[in-house]
Order: sequence, then C-alpha cells, then structure tokens
Amino acid sequence: MTALAEDIGLLQRQADRRRFIEPWLYLSPALILIFTVLIVPLIIGISYSFRKFSAFHSEYAGLDQYRAMLGDSVLHGALINTAWWTVASLVLQFFLGLGLALLLNRPFHGRRLVQGLVFLPWAVPIFLTGLTWAWLFNPLIGPLPHIFHAIGLQAEPVTILADPATAMWGPIIANVWFGIPFFAITLLAARKAIPSELYEAAAIDGASPWQQFTKVTLPFLAPTIAITVMLRTVWIATFADLIYVMTAGGPAGSTNTIATYIYVSAFKSLDKGYASAIAVLLLVLLIAYALIVIQMRRTLLRDV
Amino acid sequence: MPGQSLFQRIAGQIGLYGAVACYVVFALLPIYWTIKISVTPQDLLYSEGIRLWPSRMTLANYASVLKASDFPRYFLNSIIVSVSTAFIVTVVASFAGYALSRFRFRGKALVSLVLLLTQTFPLVMVIPPIYRIMGQLGLTDNLYGLIIIYTAFNIAFATFLMQSFLDGVPKDLEEAAMIDGCTRLDALRRVILPLTLPGMGATVAFVFTAAWSELLFGLMLINSESQKTFSVGLLTFVGKFAVDWGQMMAASVLALIPVCLFFLFLQRYLVTGLTAGAVKG
Amino acid sequence: MASVSLRGIHKKFGPVSVLEKIDLDIEDGEFVVLVGPSGCGKSTLLRSIAGLETIDGGEIRIGDRLVNHAAPKDRDIAMVFQSYALYPHMDVRRNMAFSLNLRKSPAELIAERVSAASAKLGLGSLLERLPKQLSGGQRQRVAMGRAIVRNPKVFLFDEPLSNLDAKLRSTMRTEIKALHQSLKTTSIYVTHDQIEAMTMANRIVVMHDGIIQQVGPPLELYDRPANIFVAGFIGSPTMNFFDAVSQGKSARLGDGSALVLPTGAVVKEGREIVIGIRPEHLRFSGEGLPGRVVVVEPLGMSTQVTLDAAGERVTLMALERPSLAPGDAKSLTARPEDIHVFDRSTGLRLN
Ligand SMILES: Nc1ncnc2c1ncn2[C@@H]1O[C@H](COP(=O)(O)OP(=O)(O)OP(=O)(O)O)[C@@H](O)[C@H]1O
Ligand SMILES: [Mg+2]
Repeated sequence: MTALAEDIGLLQRQADRRRFIEPWLYLSPALILIFTVLIVPLIIGISYSFRKFSAFHSEYAGLDQYRAMLGDSVLHGALINTAWWTVASLVLQFFLGLGLALLLNRPFHGRRLVQGLVFLPWAVPIFLTGLTWAWLFNPLIGPLPHIFHAIGLQAEPVTILADPATAMWGPIIANVWFGIPFFAITLLAARKAIPSELYEAAAIDGASPWQQFTKVTLPFLAPTIAITVMLRTVWIATFADLIYVMTAGGPAGSTNTIATYIYVSAFKSLDKGYASAIAVLLLVLLIAYALIVIQMRRTLLRDV
Repeated sequence: MPGQSLFQRIAGQIGLYGAVACYVVFALLPIYWTIKISVTPQDLLYSEGIRLWPSRMTLANYASVLKASDFPRYFLNSIIVSVSTAFIVTVVASFAGYALSRFRFRGKALVSLVLLLTQTFPLVMVIPPIYRIMGQLGLTDNLYGLIIIYTAFNIAFATFLMQSFLDGVPKDLEEAAMIDGCTRLDALRRVILPLTLPGMGATVAFVFTAAWSELLFGLMLINSESQKTFSVGLLTFVGKFAVDWGQMMAASVLALIPVCLFFLFLQRYLVTGLTAGAVKG
Repeated sequence: MASVSLRGIHKKFGPVSVLEKIDLDIEDGEFVVLVGPSGCGKSTLLRSIAGLETIDGGEIRIGDRLVNHAAPKDRDIAMVFQSYALYPHMDVRRNMAFSLNLRKSPAELIAERVSAASAKLGLGSLLERLPKQLSGGQRQRVAMGRAIVRNPKVFLFDEPLSNLDAKLRSTMRTEIKALHQSLKTTSIYVTHDQIEAMTMANRIVVMHDGIIQQVGPPLELYDRPANIFVAGFIGSPTMNFFDAVSQGKSARLGDGSALVLPTGAVVKEGREIVIGIRPEHLRFSGEGLPGRVVVVEPLGMSTQVTLDAAGERVTLMALERPSLAPGDAKSLTARPEDIHVFDRSTGLRLN
C-alpha cells in the first residue's frame, strides 16, 4: 500500500514536471535564436556606446559619446527628420490602408483580381521600391516631374529629391506605396471578423453608415489598430533602407533620419561607439513608446 | 440597400469604382513604368519623352543582364536564403505560437512582452555586434549567416501570427484527437496543422518577402560576388552601370518576378488566414 | 465495457476549488447522468475522467485500472463534445475512422465498423461529406458515430444535444437511449436538461458548487430529494417552498395557516423548517392555505395555475380544467405523504 502511494507520488511529480517543461520545450528554439542573435548583440551594442573606437583598437570612454550627442547639430536635425518621416508615412499609410480595407470589404466586380494587384507593392523588395520611385522622380526617364510641372506643382520638371525642401517627400511617398498593403491586409482581416449581425442590428436601430463606422467598426478594429500602428511606427522609425537607397540622407542632410545617421556613422565613418550611443537613444524612445501603446491597448480591450 | 434613391446608388457605385481605380493605378504605376523602360530600346529612351508605351520594343536589355552579369547566381542565392528562412521561421514560430496559444504557464506574459519588444530593436544597433560575432564564427560572407539573422529577426512577428491562427482552432478538436488516440504531437500534426495551413501560408509569405527584400545585412555581411543576394547584387549593379537605365530596369523586373508570383499565389491565404485567426481574438 | 470508480476527487483552478471530494461508483453498463446548474463542475469532472484535466487529488479507476496518470488516449474512452469537435478537414468517413486508423487497425475491420455505425445512425449517404456540409443533427450523429466505432470501455457525453432544436433533441434523446440499450456501454452524460436526465438515466448525479448533492434513480430523486437544492433543481415546474415552524404534528406557515406533516417526519417542536410541495400535489379544497389566483395557463393536458399564498408565488398543476379567473380566492391543500420537510438551516431532508 505504501509502495503504491509512493508510486503515485512519483508519477504525480513526473507529470507535474512534464507539464511545467512542455511549453518551454516548444518555445526554446525561438527563444534561443532571439537570445543569441538579438539580445546578446543588443547588450554588446549597448556596451559599445561606452567605448571609443578607432581603426584597430577601442577604449573605455564613459559617457563621452552621450555627451557628444548633446552638441551634435546633425543629430538634432535627424531627430526632427525622423519624427516627420515617421508621422507623415504612418498617417498616410494608415488612412489609405484603412480606406482600401473598407473598399475591399464591399462587393464589386473583379474584387479578387483587384485585391491581388493592390497588395502587390508589399511583395516588391524594399531596395527596388526605393530605386523604382527614385527613377519615377527622375526627369530623364520618369513621368512624375513632367506631371507635376504640367499641373503647376513645379516650375520646372526637376527631381524633388534634389531639393532639400521637398526631398523627404520622395522616401515618404515610396514608403506609403509600400506600406498601404500591410495595413489593408491586417485591417481587412479584422474587419471580416466582425459579425454582420452587429451591422444589421445597428441599421435597424437607425444608425447611419457613418455612425455604423464609428460605433461598430472602429471600436472593433481598435485593438488591431493599436498593435499594427505600434509595430509599424517602430518599424518605420528604425527603417533605413529606403532612404539609404533613394537619397542616402541628402541633399544637405535634409532626409537624414536617426536610422540612416547610425548606419552612416557606423559604416562610413567607422565610429561604432557613437553610432551605438545614438541607437541606445532611439531604443529607449521606442521602448517607451511601445510600452505606452501596449498599456493603451490593454485599456481598450478592457473597455470593449 | 433599400431606402436609397437611384441617384444615390449610381453615385455610390461611381465613387466605389473610382476609388478602386485610383488605388490600382497608384499600386501599379511604378511596376508598370519599370517594365516599360526595360523594353524600351536605348535610342528611343530620351527622344520619345514620357509615352505610355514605346513605339518599338526590345528584349536586348534582358539578354545582356542575363548574359553579362552574375544575376542567375544572385537569384539562386536569394532563393536559397529566402526559402530557408521562410521554412525555418514558420516551423520555429509554429511551435512557439503553439506554446503561447495552448499552455498556461508562469512567465508567459513576460515571453510575450520580450517578443514584442524585440520588434523595437533598431536593426542598425545590432549590426556592428552581429558583424563581429558572425566574423568570429566564420559566418560572414556566407549565406548561413544571413539565414540565421533573418530567421531571428522574423521570429517574433511570425510567432504572434501563428499564435493568433492557433487560437482560432477550437481546443475541443485537439482534445477529441487526444481521446481518439493521438499524443499531443500527433494531434498537432494530424489535426491542428492541416487546419492552420492558411495561416502558415500567410506566415511563409510574410517571411519570404521580408527575407527577399532585406538589404542592409546583406550589404554588410556579404562581399564576394558568389554569395551576393539579389538585393545586394542589384545595388552594386546600379552603382556600376549607373547610366544604363534599360539594363537596370530589366534586372529589377527579373528581381520582381519570383516574389510577385509567389505572392500572388499566397495572397489569398493572407486574408483568409488572418481572418480565421482573428475570429476568436 | 467497464465500471468507473471515483474516490475523493479534488480539483482546483488556481485558488478556486471546482471539485471537492467526489466519490462515485458507476457500474458496468450503467447510464449515469450528471446534472447541476451552470458552473458547478460537471464538465470539469467529465474532463477529469477523460484525462483532459489533471486532478489535484483522489483516484480515478476505469475497470480495475488506476488511470490518474494515463494519457487520454490510453484510457479507452470516447467522448462526444457539445461542439461535436468534428475534424473540419476530414469527411464523415475519415472522421469516424480516425481513431481506428491511429490504432493501425486492419482496413477491413475499419470499413466494417464504419459501415455498421453509419447504418445504425442513418449516415450511410453522407459518408463523403465534410462536416461543414452537414446540418446540426447530422453533425451530432457523426460525433456519435465517431464514438461508437471505437467500441470503447466508456462513453462520455458533454451536453451533446444542447445545440439542437427541441424536436431534434427529443429524437436524438430516444436514439441515444436505444443505442445504449443495444451497446450496453457504460455511459456518463452531462446535461442541463431535466427531461434528458429523467428519461435517459439509470441514475442521476446532482452536483452543486463542485459537490455531489445526491445520487440515485430518477424517480427516487424526484420523490425523495435529499435536500432543498435537489428538490428545487429536479422537477419542472419547480417545487413550491414555504418557510414554517413545526408545531405538534403540523407546520405553521408565515400567514398563520397550518399543514399536517407526514408521519415519518422527526421534527422537534418549534424547529424552523421548510415545507416543499410539488405543483401536481397541490389541490384546491374548502379549507387549508388561503391563496389568490394570479395567472391561469391552460396547457391542454393540464392547467398550470399561479397563485399568491403565504407570501409566496405558488404553482399548482391541475389535471382537470378548473374555471378560474385572476383574483379568485382559493384554498390549497396537499396530502401529508406528498409533503417534503427540510431543515431550514442545513437544507437537509427531515422525513
Ligand atoms: N480552465 C479553467 N480555468 C479556470 N477556471 C475554470 C476553467 N474551466 C472551468 N473553470 C471554472 O470551473 C467551474 C466549473 O466549470 P465547468 O465547466 O466544469 O462547469 P459546468 O458545470 O460544466 O457548467 P456548464 O453547465 O455551464 O457547462 C466554473 O466556475 C468555471 O468558471
Ligand atoms: Mg460544461
């Protein structure tokens, strides 16, 4: 009898251990990869920000790099550019994406084909997006300067990428073009998950189409919107490829964002320490932002 | 809808189709223009101004790109990297998503938070350390290095996707399978997996396109001609032949073809997959 | 086929205790129905027997085998879920054959079992269809079919009929009953539905807040409920209750009127009790409990009358068709042997 009881105890403990271990077993490949390829380099990267690098050696520099940031006017310009680049790209992507999702949710002839076509930009590699739009803005082979000239937006058919006042619009437009499908896809999926009874009930209760949108659609989409907007903001803010390909931060630093600045400092001027310090600044800003959005989303989810 | 006048209905239809047309034109203009220039003969490029279609066509640009460059090589490298990344990420993320979807355990909220926060890491920040680590491991100038990095960068998002798809599969089904004689892994393979195929299709599409597009890591880690991916190769090509528009466009069109085909094939899964996943959430 | 025996089962979800000291012996071939209000732990108990939940204490035996730590697949049970849980990507035939395939049974045996089961359930013409192409009732049948091809030791049902309409529900009820009579497989059946419980069960188990209140054949539960909870839960319309104080051989109600207690009741003088009378046992009479008619509802076979009496809403079920109008004053009475007596503080039966 006692032997049996001990047996049961042992089995119980084994079962408990299994239940405890099992989820971690499934998570481990993902966690190991993320840890070794992201977290460890991140920590090393943070440690770089306290060092000064020259061609063949490095030395501890304390907070020097951070102090240098305070007086760096290029960085200040880049901060403002980053904010402008992020907000403008995000707002345009989001509203155009939402509009597209709502359009694609309505029945019309050829919808399947249209859906395939309008999502296509998302599949276009980013560097190609950058190159293609740079070409479109090029007056030698691209149509856009001529169109802008014809409708009176420009006095001469020249590329907007060469003018510091307008250069940022180039990457922003390319980014919007590339990013609309992301929002459209996720929002369309979320919109399709809203039960149609809700709209029927709202219509019977006398809600106008606009009220149905604000009272039914938006509240239901809000959690998805919060998370996609957050991921997208972070992604756009850290995203250097497009600007690098189209303008490389120029002309005269007018399209220099923090991300391109880091890339350029790290590789062109080989100042890894300074680049890392700037990256830490960006990281802190983004994590703070992400935590705020996560908190907001929690509140939203609770209210719905 | 009843209760609308004929005029309102017609105006609504015109607005709908007009808006759809605007989106289609905006989406296709750059792609169309690239194709157009790629088939325009050199001598007509400047003389004809901006026409919708050149008066003569040529495929010479494609021929010279394919013959004169390493493009087939780049192409193959990119396929290897993107397909491997997409495959590995989807498998690893399926397991991770399964753990998050089906188990309750201590530390789960923390894992989700860490995964989410990895999305905020500025890529540019980890480039120098990764370059050093990969150098020490002998993984620079090497496709494996790229695959590992792309995999790690895409896992978090893919895990969230897979988690939401798996959340959409009722728990009852898995339990029924376990009563019918499955182990947990059997149930995963025979019941859950077939039901999350659309979701996995969507994940594969997301990751494949991301890997196919990536430029900065490729630029940094790869030097030798034989290991270049398409994005890196194309960019160096652009640098070398900065004036030969026709060839550049032809190369771009060639780079576009596989992703676009792949994407058109998988895009129907994107929305259905995401919808199925979202139903419960 | 096998017996099922539960000894001192405990189960907690976090700090909340969902099952407390469950003891139950189910005989080989018995059909036991678990009933109780929503959230009382019926599904949890069933799922613990299936091995889908791990229990925190106690022993579960199927046959002679202790199965506390056996995986669900090793317990040789079949379960029919409320949601049916049909595999959406498999047609009816493959749904039914799934478990046998997993067991690597020979193909002839599988074909034979599937065709026998589908004949029994009238699924013959639907074998090539996917679950989404079936109606609710047909899905339910497939779920049953999937369970019976297994020829398991025990069937578990978790509210298998609650997604069906009333008519289909009563047909399926008869079919399940007939099926059990032909297969004689031990079955445990969870339901909310009184009629299902009364008509199908060999024995009914009434649960409340994770505790078994009473176990017994349907009519015994109906005639001799062990406490106020069971008395109120079993029977529809529900039993009428009156607070009272014992006085000699009768009970004095709130309004001062008295009812004669049954002879078996052992009640101390002046004790606070609750009197329970089923609606069909209340009768109109010249004297007794004075009441006032509120609603008269003719149901055809019987007439249901709602009255106010002794400060309570009282239901009376009359087989004849009394001519009454709301507002009429009527006196009520019942035979002493039809009266249930409970202790007011413990709720336990006193007669
Ligand atoms: N996974 C869980 N985690 C925490 N609490 C749970 C869980 N599953 C069930 N419970 C709780 O356990 C109690 C019993 O649940 P159970 O599903 O067994 O009730 P039930 O009797 O089947 O109810 P119903 O008739 O509504 O199906 C409920 O209070 C429920 O809230
Ligand atoms: Mg239940």
